[in-house]
Amino acid sequence: MSIQKLFSAPLQVVNLGIESFKEACEKNGAPAVQVDWRPPVEVAPESEAILAKRAAQIEKANRKVMEIILAGTPKLVGLDVARNVIPGMTEDTILHAGPPITWDRMCGPMRGGILAGLVYEGRAATIEEAEKLASSGKIQYAPCHEHAAVGPMAGIVTPSMPVMIIRNEKFGNTAYCTLNEGLGKVLRYGAFGDEVTKRLKWMETVLYPVLKAALAHAGPIDLKNLIAQALHMGDEVHNRNRAGTSLLYRALAPAIVATCANQNDAVAVLNFINGNDHFFLNLSMPACKATLDAARGVKGSSIAVVMARNGTDFGIQLAGTGDLWFTAPAEVPDALYFAGFTKDDANPDIGDSAITETGGLGGFAIAAAPAIVQFVGGSASDAVRYTHQMYEITAGESRMYQIPALDFRGTPTGIDVRKVVEKNLVPVIDTGVAHKQAGVGQVGAGIVSAPMGPFAKAYDALAKLLK
Amino acid sequence: MNTAGRVKQGFYFDSVTLMRVGRELSGLPGVAEASVVMATEANKSILAMSDLLLPEFKKCGDQDLVIVVRAKDAKAANDALAKAEDMLSRKKKPAAGGAAAAPAPRDLASAVALLPGANLALISVAGRYAAREARKALEQGLHVMLFSDNVSIADEVALKKLAHRKGLLVMGPDCGTAILNGVPLAFANVVPKGPIGIVGASGTGTQEVTCIIANEGSGVSQAIGTGGRDVKDAVGGIAFLDALQALANDRETKVILLVSKPPQPGVLKKVKALLRKIKKPVVALFLGEAGTPATLEEAALLAVAHAKGEAPAQALAHLTRRDEILAAEARTIVAKRKKPKGRYLRGLFSGGTFCAEAQVVLDGLVRHLYSNAPLGDSQKLKNAWKPEKNAVVDLGEDEFTVGRAHPMIDFTLRNKMILEQAADPDVSVILLDVVLGYGANLDPAGELVPVIKQAAKKVFVVAGVNGTIGDPQNRAKTVEALREAGAHVQLTNAAASKLAGLIAAEVARQNR
Repeated sequence: MSIQKLFSAPLQVVNLGIESFKEACEKNGAPAVQVDWRPPVEVAPESEAILAKRAAQIEKANRKVMEIILAGTPKLVGLDVARNVIPGMTEDTILHAGPPITWDRMCGPMRGGILAGLVYEGRAATIEEAEKLASSGKIQYAPCHEHAAVGPMAGIVTPSMPVMIIRNEKFGNTAYCTLNEGLGKVLRYGAFGDEVTKRLKWMETVLYPVLKAALAHAGPIDLKNLIAQALHMGDEVHNRNRAGTSLLYRALAPAIVATCANQNDAVAVLNFINGNDHFFLNLSMPACKATLDAARGVKGSSIAVVMARNGTDFGIQLAGTGDLWFTAPAEVPDALYFAGFTKDDANPDIGDSAITETGGLGGFAIAAAPAIVQFVGGSASDAVRYTHQMYEITAGESRMYQIPALDFRGTPTGIDVRKVVEKNLVPVIDTGVAHKQAGVGQVGAGIVSAPMGPFAKAYDALAKLLK
Repeated sequence: MNTAGRVKQGFYFDSVTLMRVGRELSGLPGVAEASVVMATEANKSILAMSDLLLPEFKKCGDQDLVIVVRAKDAKAANDALAKAEDMLSRKKKPAAGGAAAAPAPRDLASAVALLPGANLALISVAGRYAAREARKALEQGLHVMLFSDNVSIADEVALKKLAHRKGLLVMGPDCGTAILNGVPLAFANVVPKGPIGIVGASGTGTQEVTCIIANEGSGVSQAIGTGGRDVKDAVGGIAFLDALQALANDRETKVILLVSKPPQPGVLKKVKALLRKIKKPVVALFLGEAGTPATLEEAALLAVAHAKGEAPAQALAHLTRRDEILAAEARTIVAKRKKPKGRYLRGLFSGGTFCAEAQVVLDGLVRHLYSNAPLGDSQKLKNAWKPEKNAVVDLGEDEFTVGRAHPMIDFTLRNKMILEQAADPDVSVILLDVVLGYGANLDPAGELVPVIKQAAKKVFVVAGVNGTIGDPQNRAKTVEALREAGAHVQLTNAAASKLAGLIAAEVARQNR
């Protein structure tokens, strides 16, 4: 609009800074919008200029990435044992949550999970033996994310564990996730001991074959469809999976009854699923993983395909920066703690479950799950506000996952690292909190903010790549 | 410690609601721990770990709600239990989920998405971030008013060149005042629409001429600020020339008024070249240059005369008559006070251009004029905090504003200086500017009256109230309050400066 044209158009003002200026505009008849402005994040001085210069290239790459993410069709197609299906899984491999980490830097719950895993695998008879082996250098630790897998909390996957196979049919890639162990003394919170081993063995010998047979009978389960329904039923499929689990139960129960010859086993399996509201989490996570993995390797894209924590570091990966991880220390969540526990007991943020937020669910879809926002003493309108804010940092909106409270608007999807950094606004993540000592379990839950560090690093790295 | 609990059979609450209740109970006086949970096996084992699993809970099941409190005594525990029951039975407010407003946009692009017709970005964020935001605004096709200062000259030039290429306007950096399409922006007054278009490289100067134009019954088509640095050769007058050209092309604008400190030679040459092509009457005030107009007041009155089709000489003759009246008034004022003390005038200004204009007016009325922002024959004050002889101080200069709000907003410092100067035995007159309009302090009278009351007992206080009847401060009430406090009020800075100078001269004559 030329200066001349400005004179004849009604003045409409975007105000950045002193708020009274906006009010004066409005009082004098000019519509005005106040920007909730914050100083930008500290990044390399030349990064912003480079990314601005390459904006067209980045936009094009991001459109491609978004098309892949939005068009993904994750389906639960089968179950198998980790060593048979997970790419690169050897007998000495143990997968864990989050970015890469060495034994000496691992947090308590992750170490505990590994010890439990080694005992479960029969590699060690006692915890002491397991500890020796774990720190011997013989075991190869690798992120789940680098093996097409995801795991909640410690995210430990050992070769004998049964895994669910999720296929993104549209793009042909696959993701894997273990079965959710339920509550109590569980490996994913770093618990070890007979109870843990016994449960893992039961899962391997009863739950796995029963589910495998049932799924073969029922045929693939469309997870995208199921998640979409769950959002309409009050889940955001990260911290609330009650609806998703119920829907899955409906899909599986008749097949279990039809295929399981041993009635006791059938009852045990059905009760196991029914008794664990988070059973579906181990499906919503790999559904997102399969969807996002298809978008990897699009040069120039600024969209995140991974956010994950190992209890020590918080890491992200971008579609446009290959296999690079960008990390910063994971923070201790400000959460609502269970009776008897405080923030002092809490482990820094842990788990691959932030893949749900990366896929436009979890904290990003929290407006669909107002019950969850009460974790931070919030109201239903706070939930709406969280989701609204996430539209600020995402590249698009889901065509399938919708939020009733927002007039069925699609969930904010595809975290654009440029927006995170330039608006100084980090993703919100809905999370459970683990005790910092191995094996104590969950001590709280809440809504936490991702640290800015990994995003700032990814921003600089992308700029360097596009220079 | 006293542990007490209750079982509520057949109650169901979402676990999160229960955790909130539990947390609230934990915060009650005397309560060490509290838990409110459904009695599932998992929850019972958690309670057991914290030693909160009462015997009566053991037989409870999934459908039972249990409340348990550990407190310093039985009363605290029972109070907490009662509180829990109360919270759980309370009716909830209707959910506001669907009606929740979207939060404010986090950046310019999101704001434009909300206001698709946006055509101006008004930027007042800290200087080191301002250029970045201005660039984004220009890239979005928005004109920019850059109120922020501390923007580098390199950034200013780059922004203005980009704007010029795109046919956009960058007003600023350090642009305090503009009126576009009748809308006052940042520090600006409420002025009717009219035939006079203004290009101002000085914020308070622009405020003063727009006020005088309004007070004289005319109006303003556009008042475009450029920022003071625009007329330096390093910037090259990019905004000044673009604005001037736009006003030349604008049909609403019948008369053009330029307000600036004298441009540097390169810019002046370009301005003169452009002026030769403009057919409309142009009044140019380059403050500090000898000739006519010499003051904001003269410039504004000349522009109004052109707009009304009156002879410029008539407007200036009117001023001469006004000055005669002021001279008589000064004598009357001085005559009313027995043995007025001192012989010097001290001007304490919140607006830089007011301080400059005062120097032009006072030149010839008082001798030995000093300033921290000297103009013409004035000399530089050694220490702006300790004015000497006849002195006018610009309190908007950096030496006063570091770590402080602008003196048009925060009166604290000037109030302190008014009292200091009033107590100085050498001082006879204190001259003030009182700036009205948006952006400025909304209750200047409330701030000044107590101080003026005290000062007026010792010295003559003269105040120029610079504003219009439309301004949010209520000009009439402001003037009345200041007069009641003992100040001699004029409605232009030039008139106030004149009166103050005449009083100072008269007192000095008596005390010689």
